Amino acid sequence: MSLLNAIVSPGFFTSGPVLTAAVVGGGAAIVSGLVGVFTVIRGQSFAGHSLADVSSAGGSVSFLLGINPLLGFLGVAVLAAGAMELAGLRRAQERDLVTGIVLGAGLGLTALFLYFDMSTQSTTGAAISVMFGSMFAIPASLIPLSLGVGAGAVLITGVIYRPLLLSSLHPDLAAVRGVPVRLVGLLHLLVLSLAVTLSAMTIGAILSTALLIGPAATALRLARRPGHAILLAMLIGLGATWGGILLAYDSYDWTSGHSWPVSFFIVTIIFLAYLLSGLPTLRSRA
Amino acid sequence: MFASFMMNTWIVATVVAVVAGCVGFFVVLRGATFAAHALPLGTFPGAAAASLLGINPLWGLFVFALAGVIGIARLGRRQRNDVATALTLITLLGFGTLCLSLSGHYAQAVYGLLFGQIIGVSTADIPPVLAISLAVVAAIALCVRPLLLNSVSPDLGAARGVSSAGMDLVFLAILALATAMALPVVGALLVFSLMVGPASAARSFTSRPFAAMALSVGIALATVWAAIALAYYSDWPIGFFVGTFAALAYAAARGWQWASARTGSRRLA
Amino acid sequence: MLEAARPGTAEALTVDRLSLSFPGHAVLREVTFSLAQGAFCGLIGSNGSGKTTLLRTILGFQPPQSGEVRIGGLAGPRGRSSIGYVPQKIILDTDMPLRARDLVALGLDGNRLGLPFPSRARARRVDEMLQAVDALAFADQRVGNLSGGQQQRVLIAHALIRRPRLLLLDEPLANLDVRAVADIVTLLRRVAVEDNITVLVSAHDMNPLLSSMDRIVYLANGRAASGTTEEVVRTEVLSALYGHHIDVIRVHGRVLVIAAGAADEIPIAVERHPAHVAEIP
Repeated sequence: MSLLNAIVSPGFFTSGPVLTAAVVGGGAAIVSGLVGVFTVIRGQSFAGHSLADVSSAGGSVSFLLGINPLLGFLGVAVLAAGAMELAGLRRAQERDLVTGIVLGAGLGLTALFLYFDMSTQSTTGAAISVMFGSMFAIPASLIPLSLGVGAGAVLITGVIYRPLLLSSLHPDLAAVRGVPVRLVGLLHLLVLSLAVTLSAMTIGAILSTALLIGPAATALRLARRPGHAILLAMLIGLGATWGGILLAYDSYDWTSGHSWPVSFFIVTIIFLAYLLSGLPTLRSRA
Repeated sequence: MFASFMMNTWIVATVVAVVAGCVGFFVVLRGATFAAHALPLGTFPGAAAASLLGINPLWGLFVFALAGVIGIARLGRRQRNDVATALTLITLLGFGTLCLSLSGHYAQAVYGLLFGQIIGVSTADIPPVLAISLAVVAAIALCVRPLLLNSVSPDLGAARGVSSAGMDLVFLAILALATAMALPVVGALLVFSLMVGPASAARSFTSRPFAAMALSVGIALATVWAAIALAYYSDWPIGFFVGTFAALAYAAARGWQWASARTGSRRLA
Repeated sequence: MLEAARPGTAEALTVDRLSLSFPGHAVLREVTFSLAQGAFCGLIGSNGSGKTTLLRTILGFQPPQSGEVRIGGLAGPRGRSSIGYVPQKIILDTDMPLRARDLVALGLDGNRLGLPFPSRARARRVDEMLQAVDALAFADQRVGNLSGGQQQRVLIAHALIRRPRLLLLDEPLANLDVRAVADIVTLLRRVAVEDNITVLVSAHDMNPLLSSMDRIVYLANGRAASGTTEEVVRTEVLSALYGHHIDVIRVHGRVLVIAAGAADEIPIAVERHPAHVAEIP
């Protein structure tokens, strides 16, 4: 019994915030794992990261206007995704440049909104929770909406699964089959916005990339088939998120009252998983 | 606006703009936009780590920047570049989150380091900033031709005896130094706007490399000066103005390209 | 092997006075040729001569300024639905979580919505294709780990699995070693003859294809000459195409195309034979 208490501090399974965090965070991890695999294959890691950072403008606006942060993050992420897609450039370098410009402008807006937040409401916590997440402060009322967003992302990806895979391989191969390559790309960016929104809310805009790219990069080193890679990425993300929540909860006891940030634990676990995947015995299977 | 306490900011900002303009030219050329964004972002928690240990934050920035460079370079051998950059970024940030949380100055420091503060520069900071900028500019001047060749085509460079891995490291190191230096004024998130915006605008106006570098520096200077002035009067964060002006400069350049392409093709038809 | 493609009275591929230009220069000028079902045709021309543009126009990726393309007698998307395509220079990352057989399977249903259900019929068809291109040995390896020649074979299987009438390949032989080149050409020849599929292969060097192709379309200066090799690869025909004197030399069964002297004319590339290298700038 005491061993269990050592691993799981008392009150873990009954704490409301913990359960909410586990549900919303778990959802974010699953969606990010799925979307992350495609994002890495398509070489859109920067776009994924940028969408997350830019969505922080939405997060900070929602603080200002008192609206649902999920909607704030989502709205801005979708707008930014549209802007990036409109630039519609085929050369990867130019695409990255536009992504960077949109990112810079978006972050500038975030700076402005956070400044307003801080001066009108004298809460300095806005920057922290927008950038680094506020996993344990998510209101339980957000669960249905976030699960809905997650389900939407998974559903869309499931529907366009094969055309997305084929056009990620080579757009011409897909075009020859009559796949509307640009539409599929846009849908993927949309799904990316959804995933990024969920993770920005839980783990923070800045660290959302960890949940998106980390498990996916690890899974791709190990799995040979797309389905396997996706499942593995989801599992790693889920394990990291729940493990991180547990450790953060426990850390309250280690440092007498000041718990360590949950994002730190999640990212550390993801990083360790990546390192482990480099072990020779695991790699030879791929 | 030119009161004595503001002079530091003007001086440092000018130096930062010059360096950002030069380094940014190569960032755009090499398509290293992600790295240029990731390095400052991963670096900024270093200041918190340093204050935890009670040492000058600049050292913390350097160590984290160095870790970032090494991370990207080593991981870049096994992974695609953008994935390597993402992984390095999250590792640095993950660790940095802990440092930030433990250092206690969490909120205020985070905002200032991310978005820049006018009053963030003290007189004591000027000599190291000047020293680093001179080092960076000297490094660029020294390596400008091999770096240019390698940036355009690593194979061509290799044929001339320019080590591709070596130039990658030189570039990353220059980027890291420029980053650490610019952070306190413009903030981590907008350092790279200063590097990317002016440079990408400049190359649309001219095809000559050195002219493009000079123009990039010019646009960066204009951007930063305007941003400081506006930030001073409105109290709004510098980062907001830098990001917006960078976007405007880029948009103007693309518009110019599009317009001149149209008049060009009309002439041919 | 594969069932024969539908025999019909229409030609498999008809290109009718196709013209296309980008601002500043004309890439294709009234290109006209047609191929019967089951023909093996080489599309020959130097780099920059417009081969890729021609293929992309046939595929419908680029609209021409004038002229028409008909496949099996049908123009537009209906005709294009029966083309298989192997693009140039496809870079397959070692990251890509796809086995060779997965890539071939995508050739069958890569455009269908929804999740794929495992199907024995599909698996059998994939195996058939892999067998046909001799790729069963590495069917379960990651596509990114395959050699150039192995990748080409898998891409050909991917393109053929829907039993198209027409198979287009853009420079499939570039960057392959000699042995792989011979293997691919043999495979393509078999596809054309045994499965009655029209194969159009673009290349800048006609020599590897000489003994296998029964038609050639030679592109130079935006214009095309088509026919058998004997008809087309001759001094008079090529000189007319290029716009000035060309020498065609046959050495040990290989063909050498050389421009005679004039330096102030348009750049010309040369069919290379390893022992004789001559390029006139």
